[in-house]
Amino acid sequence: MTELNRSRAVASAGDPAPAPEPKKRSQKDASLWMDTWRSLRKNPWFLISTVLLLVMITMALFPQLFATHDPRECFLGRSRQEPSAEHWFGTDIQGCDYYTRVIYGAGNSIAVGVIVTSSILVFGSLLGLIAAYFGGWVDALLMRVTDLIFAIPYLLGALVFLAVQQDRNVWDVAFILIVFTWPTMARLMRGSVFSVIHNDYVTAARALGAGPVTIMRRHIVPNALGPVVGYAAVYTGIIIGAEATLTFLGVGLQLPAISWGLQLNDAQNYLQQMPHLLTFPLIFVAITVFAFTTMGEALRDALDPKSKKR
Amino acid sequence: MTGYIIRRLLQFIPVLLVATLIVYAMVFLMPGDPIRALAGDRPMSEQVQAQLRDQYNLDDPFLVQYGKYMWGVFTQGDFGTTFQGRPVLDIIRQGLPITLTLAAVAFVFQAVIGTIAGILAAVYKDSFVDRFVQVSLVIVVALPTLAIAFLLQLTFGLNLGWFPIAGTREGFVSYILPGIVLAAVSTGIVARMLRSELIEALQSDYVRTATAKGMKRSRVVTRHGLRNSLIPVVTFLGADLATMLAGTVLVESVFNMQGLGGQVFRSIQAQENTIVVGIVILFVLFYVVVNLIVDLLYAVLDPRIRYD
Repeated sequence: MTELNRSRAVASAGDPAPAPEPKKRSQKDASLWMDTWRSLRKNPWFLISTVLLLVMITMALFPQLFATHDPRECFLGRSRQEPSAEHWFGTDIQGCDYYTRVIYGAGNSIAVGVIVTSSILVFGSLLGLIAAYFGGWVDALLMRVTDLIFAIPYLLGALVFLAVQQDRNVWDVAFILIVFTWPTMARLMRGSVFSVIHNDYVTAARALGAGPVTIMRRHIVPNALGPVVGYAAVYTGIIIGAEATLTFLGVGLQLPAISWGLQLNDAQNYLQQMPHLLTFPLIFVAITVFAFTTMGEALRDALDPKSKKR
Repeated sequence: MTGYIIRRLLQFIPVLLVATLIVYAMVFLMPGDPIRALAGDRPMSEQVQAQLRDQYNLDDPFLVQYGKYMWGVFTQGDFGTTFQGRPVLDIIRQGLPITLTLAAVAFVFQAVIGTIAGILAAVYKDSFVDRFVQVSLVIVVALPTLAIAFLLQLTFGLNLGWFPIAGTREGFVSYILPGIVLAAVSTGIVARMLRSELIEALQSDYVRTATAKGMKRSRVVTRHGLRNSLIPVVTFLGADLATMLAGTVLVESVFNMQGLGGQVFRSIQAQENTIVVGIVILFVLFYVVVNLIVDLLYAVLDPRIRYD
């Protein structure tokens, strides 16, 4: 919004008699979200990734719809079969139907991604908002804390702290990832708030006697949230990748949980003999992360007027 | 400039200390008594236990232990000892050349390929080359490194047999595939960044002037356009060098290499936490120091930062 106002101000300053604009824009055109929707509708990457995402989320919520077998129904007698009409992706070492196992893997991965991202979106944005709004020592303190956490690459930090835990479920993995990733969101929100806080409408609201909470809720948050939401979607993809990586390295989810990372870890030992055990979960991880990241980037580009020039 | 350097250094020291402290705290979270674990099933006399506790500073309060550890790291390069009695520094020395070679290959790859792709896409904007680069960028940047690693290992290692799929025994060839994997996402980011910077630069007045003076197109691009567009790319590459070490944990595990990253992976499986802490602290030190250098370098390259 700031950029728009500024460029208009500059334009009118340089051109003393601007030609009267044809006034055929309807009322709803003015909203940022409407603009966003219009540009997203034309973006093929956004459409592709949204469809993929819907399929993956349905898969995570209702795996029964897709699965052909019971994921825990395993017979050692049919261990490590090649893909066939009965078992589309073959069977794994324990003799479970691999297609069903891969389908059921979506739940845990997407759960970690969504838990972490929604937590850091709420918690990180709130802190970023407070830091930017109040400034001064609050801001300084918060930024020093984010500096400290930024000094540890999040994957290494998570690796170290998960390695000492004996039992790890979805919540443990999510918690550690939240601890090491919230500063990104806080800084993003802080920057975003800074770009709207000096606008006239904020000053006007303040002059009218609105309290800090009202100003933040009514005027700052709706305008500052755009870029942050786009990044949150990108981040979900990154977190899902991180969960699969940590689980693959042996510090994430544990058996009997069903997870793509665990399947990859298992399959790595049979790389030469049974490469398909590796291929199938791999494709699913890749598609899920790709869908979240690409959708998020499209959203961010559409919501952030500054990046539109690309 | 001096003021800026001093301010950055003052911020740097607490960050360094607290970050390493957080990693070191992991040793304390470790369940069970390490001396008991060391003894195993054999009985161990009180004196030996006391002596070992003294040797590993186990009776000191946590902060004192941490202080002694970091003192050892900075003064003697002593990263502690494994419970088998092997110095962690020994293990680091063994793995370091492999990890550095891998990082160097990845760095060269992302710098060279990323820059070339970015220049081509910007100079031939909206052509087929640009479209091709753009589509590949969307895909490469959006794929998790884990997937890229296995994908390349399966296709070029296993199916086509062009590259070895594991270990480093075949010399330089065995670093190519892991190097590309480690570089992949950053290559995409470099190319994307350079493309948008260069497109903006090529539309600027000074480039138009240079063209109007009759300068050759190639010279305009390299001398005038590229020169200004490269600043953010250079700083990104610097900061990325620091992040890369964390990436080696995954890449070396997939390709079964014996570098530091692979060592972290194996030590976690074997529950050798002293090795994990030693190597991760080394990574964090490297990360923080490189980031400091990049920040200072950025201030040298771009005067606007200094006067913030």
